[in-house]
Amino acid sequence: MGIEQKAGNMGIVTVGLEQAVNWARVNAMWPMLFGLACCAIEMMSAQASHYDMSRFGMELMRASPRQSDLMIVAGRVSRKMAPVLRRLYDQLPDPKWVISMGDCASCSGVFNNYALVQGVDEIVPVDVYVAGCPPRPEALIHGVLTLYDKVRNEKLTTWA
Amino acid sequence: MAEPLEVNYQELKHLVSERALKGETVLLNMGPQHPSTHGVLRLLLELDGEVIINCIPDIGFLHTGIEKNMESKRWEMAEVMTDRTDYLNNTGNNLAYCLALEKLTDLDVPPRAQAVRVILVELERISNHLVWLGTHALDLAAMSMFLYCFRERESILDIKEMCSGQRMMTTYFRPGGLWRDIPADFEIAVRRFIRMFPDRLKEYDALLKKNPIFLDRTRNIGKLAAEDAINLSLTGPVLRGSGIAYDVRKTQPYSGYEQYDFMVPTGTHGDVYDRYLVRMEEMRQSLHIIQQALDKLPYGPFRSNNRKYVPPPRSELGTSMEAVIHHFKLWTEGFTVPRGAVYQPVESPKGELGYFVESNGGNQPYRVHMRTPSFLNLQALPFMCKGHLVADLVGIIGSIDIVLGDCDR
Amino acid sequence: MSDDHLKLTLKTIKERFNLQDSELMKFPPGVEVSPGQIIQVCQVLRDEFSFNFLFELTSVDYWPEEHPRFHVIYGFYSHLNNVRIMLGVPLDGEHPSLPTLEGLYRGANWHERELWDMFGIYFEGHSDLRRILMPHDWEGHPLRKDYPLGYEEPQFTFNYDEIDKRKHHARYEEA
Repeated sequence: MGIEQKAGNMGIVTVGLEQAVNWARVNAMWPMLFGLACCAIEMMSAQASHYDMSRFGMELMRASPRQSDLMIVAGRVSRKMAPVLRRLYDQLPDPKWVISMGDCASCSGVFNNYALVQGVDEIVPVDVYVAGCPPRPEALIHGVLTLYDKVRNEKLTTWA
Repeated sequence: MAEPLEVNYQELKHLVSERALKGETVLLNMGPQHPSTHGVLRLLLELDGEVIINCIPDIGFLHTGIEKNMESKRWEMAEVMTDRTDYLNNTGNNLAYCLALEKLTDLDVPPRAQAVRVILVELERISNHLVWLGTHALDLAAMSMFLYCFRERESILDIKEMCSGQRMMTTYFRPGGLWRDIPADFEIAVRRFIRMFPDRLKEYDALLKKNPIFLDRTRNIGKLAAEDAINLSLTGPVLRGSGIAYDVRKTQPYSGYEQYDFMVPTGTHGDVYDRYLVRMEEMRQSLHIIQQALDKLPYGPFRSNNRKYVPPPRSELGTSMEAVIHHFKLWTEGFTVPRGAVYQPVESPKGELGYFVESNGGNQPYRVHMRTPSFLNLQALPFMCKGHLVADLVGIIGSIDIVLGDCDR
Repeated sequence: MSDDHLKLTLKTIKERFNLQDSELMKFPPGVEVSPGQIIQVCQVLRDEFSFNFLFELTSVDYWPEEHPRFHVIYGFYSHLNNVRIMLGVPLDGEHPSLPTLEGLYRGANWHERELWDMFGIYFEGHSDLRRILMPHDWEGHPLRKDYPLGYEEPQFTFNYDEIDKRKHHARYEEA
């Protein structure tokens, strides 16, 4: 009912460019499969049927970085894995976002030692941090929706 | 752009065959980020067309230094880290650590706590096998199994959350018993689960057991003879699939397992299909154990009364001076464990999980070593996959059931 | 039955090789073996007493005690008799070495690589001794007691800014 009223006789809708592009980006954001440790299991639970993430647009997870635009770093990043993580981040095409899921990715959690990168924001710029060890699937979905709010408010000047 | 790591050619030349150096065979990197490697495992494959000549695993991408980190925490605080090694078998890890501590300190565990421990560990075994089944079937392209298995798993996670407040990393078992008593709804929820689950298992069997595609992809793949398996230090369903009935719950019973009557399933050929059958039967045996434990669940205390190691209940703090002193000592300094070393094996869903705990009389662990099944089972991968195709490799990795947190610690 | 087998085994190898009981191992029972004898003892255990399964190979570092500095622990299990036994080998010095057990038990391969990586114990005759858990160009042996934990100091409000200057932060690079 609503769209026909707005479209009128000629079938034209006027909307700002930012709104249209952000709407398209938000509603079909595909994450890259980057589950490392325990948080990966909760991410898989969030993707499964009980807490379905595909109702928010994340229909499937692409294994290849070239075909995705969101990287959910789920789990602890060790020093051996750090160059791999950076390389995968560089391979993501623009626009790209990073969610740091769990305590180990945000601040290395329980493990404050030689083997882990203390917080994945030493390597990649992070947009949303989701806390928890591991965060419940609902917490992850809340993090994803927060990211969507952030993307909806992005301006033209930040895209380029 | 990140710089590629420099690798010394001379150091690694001995790992590949002569044909690779001449250029006849291809070296393929199945990298740390791969949908089918169940975590961050890197495999270097030497391929002749599609046939695998050699497979060199490269692990360490999830190494967290847990053993060293535990040496700088107190005994009870270090238990938090044991959950996170094998993250699909949290209660099993807690159990092994607590049993090792109880052996070193000669703590008694009341029978109610032992029975609840058995119930939760068997539920964890079912949950682990469900994740294994879901991801294994997903790799072999039966996608709907993944959704069904995770749906079942939600019931088990609800039970764990009811007991301890956390879905996964519960740390519910403490030295001496449990952290707190089980709630009233526990028995109802577990009985509901036991009633519902056998039908679901029949559904999964109907989907996979006689499915010709599944049979083609798993029969005669990844065969391992029994003597090779023992020599390679394999344990768990991989060893049982090759015919050896070795289960720590039967050979060295702990936590009251000798009271329960269950069977240890074994396979005959040692291939991927036999391991699938062994694990499906293990799920049924776990249900049987849970039924027996729940029927015999005794009343009584849920944790030992030895105040040197176990904090007093808060109600006592208002009336008794000794309770306050014990509480103060345990919270500021922690308990001390007498000198000695112990090796405590436990049957985790993947194999024999052993904790080697050594104490020098202090309040911090002096050395904790986790003998993890995934680390040793993965050693056998090059022996299992010679001569197979790359597509079979995915099935073989799935059948070993590795968890990289367990492997790298 | 398993207790008798264990007693017989312990008695025989203690007499034959002149070994002592290990005072630290409470359970399973252990004996101390010197580095020169370890391969012969393992051969005897496997061939005569059917201990065909190696279930544990680990090490403990006793720094700053110099003598012994390391204690390498082997664990064997006999499937036939359901018996476990542990052996302890004391080692000294900064660069200790032991002969490899890979010829007898192929499962010792990765255990020994992990000991080389974490403790710096060199195994002579090993087919492929490289680092397994740490990156291949890492320096140092992390599980030794004189290796630091690598602890990062927590940022409280009073030292937040000065730690922030020293920390690494990722910057988004223009492509």
